[in-house]
Amino acid sequence: MLLIECPWCGPRAETEFSYGGEAGIVRPADPDALSDAEWADYLFFRANPRGAHRELWNHAAGCRRWFGVERDTVTYGIERSFVLNAADAGPDSDPDPASGSASGDVVQAVGSPGLEGRAGARTRQGE
Amino acid sequence: MKRYSAMSLLRNALSHNRDWRPAWRNPEPKKSYDAIIVGGGGHGLATAYYLARDHGIRNVAVLEKGWIGGGNTGRNTTIVRSNYLWTEAALLYEKSMQLWEGLSQDLNYNVMFSQRGVYNLGHSLQDMRDIERRVNANRLNGIDAEVVSAAGVKRAIPCINTSPGARYPILGASLQRRAGVARHDAVAWGFARAADALGVDIIEQCEVTGIDVRGGQAVGVETTRGPIASNRIGVVVAGHASVLANMAGLRLPIESHPLQALVSEPIKPVLDTVVMSGAVHGYISQSDKGELVIGAGIDAYTGYGQRGSFPVIEHTLQAIIELFPVFSRVRMLRLWGGIVDVCPDACPIVSKTPVQGLYFNCGWGTGGFKSTPGSGWVFAHTMAHDEPHELNAPFSLDRFATGALIDEHGAAAVAH
Repeated sequence: MLLIECPWCGPRAETEFSYGGEAGIVRPADPDALSDAEWADYLFFRANPRGAHRELWNHAAGCRRWFGVERDTVTYGIERSFVLNAADAGPDSDPDPASGSASGDVVQAVGSPGLEGRAGARTRQGE
Repeated sequence: MKRYSAMSLLRNALSHNRDWRPAWRNPEPKKSYDAIIVGGGGHGLATAYYLARDHGIRNVAVLEKGWIGGGNTGRNTTIVRSNYLWTEAALLYEKSMQLWEGLSQDLNYNVMFSQRGVYNLGHSLQDMRDIERRVNANRLNGIDAEVVSAAGVKRAIPCINTSPGARYPILGASLQRRAGVARHDAVAWGFARAADALGVDIIEQCEVTGIDVRGGQAVGVETTRGPIASNRIGVVVAGHASVLANMAGLRLPIESHPLQALVSEPIKPVLDTVVMSGAVHGYISQSDKGELVIGAGIDAYTGYGQRGSFPVIEHTLQAIIELFPVFSRVRMLRLWGGIVDVCPDACPIVSKTPVQGLYFNCGWGTGGFKSTPGSGWVFAHTMAHDEPHELNAPFSLDRFATGALIDEHGAAAVAH
């Protein structure tokens, strides 16, 4: 079983979470401008890497918030969890593509000073 | 190839079994081949066999990074059925079923195909409506299928719990009598032996590390045993399809998930058919050795680790105990995982690709074993003619752009 670190609730058992697949897939701003192949790529095609993977998880039986996880798909070892920004566009987020950085790397790792202010959560030391 | 027969058993017994030959050779890879199959699982070996037998292409190499029978072919629950809802899928799986019915004779190898029937249980009014719809669709496609009442299920499987007070009461089932199980290792070994006899080189411990593409045409592969040239390359690597596609600069609509199964300690014969339930998600049969063979659902997350999480196993065993309270104290013996390549519409991709001479056969997801001979048969046709057979034409890679998906998710008798 995976032990997943929710940025807001701390480490919890995998059964509290639901999986959201590859992170960083942003809904095209103007679907009508895409070819069928481009639209298919957005809808169905995935990197599916063997090794490091950035992916979405939802703390369904907890705070019910989406966040990102970097996990190795071979060892299943979790590198870190992170709070999503616009470029990581979770299924229920409404990103503005214009403001999302192309690299998508403006993430805040769990435990970083920025987390408390951003999430408004308790400090994890208190748990 | 020395044919196996009762006479050969007797002859070898008289010579104290010292004269058995290996079932296939262990050749060094040649510099080039007319066709290369990447992946020595059941599907790849079947492809090589039908290429050699039906299409006269015998200068073929099957490249396997591990050993024959060590991948998903040896990691499944061995169920064979063809009761799919949609016509495209039903005809493809039914082709496979027809090949299964003659496979032991074709291969001169006993694959122990046992048509003991498969019951797909219904636990709600909607389940039963879906079952009736699917059974009728199967019959229209010439596939045997029938609806069985709860009492009929109880008559056929006395140890199943059909009490109306069950958490998920059994209201009935669909039954395909021609469905059943086969011996999975024998399928890999039988295809390997038969392909080898037709001249196919089966090269184990040979991992493909690159695909050479020049001017849009595949020209060969890089392997851990050196480069091998061919302008006809078929990739049949199940869970690693995306990794191989990446080598040729392609993307696939596939995600790889762990799929787990487990077997119990051997017990006396108690279950002479196969029982599947999409609603509570468990499937079970009993092997000839007496072990209960139990299949779970896929883990939700993607993974290449050939193992999954325990909650999935726990969930499946809860379902099995619910259906068969009599199994509650049976101990489990082995647990394993395979990597399955899941497509968005739960149907395979057996297709040409944008790279000339490069063909992909993947996306079988949780249903690969049953389709082993049919998959090889249509893929061999596709590679030999550079055009899909009419049976696999709907299963092309471009269906995701055209929108002609074949949505077997939840429709195919069991949730995927």
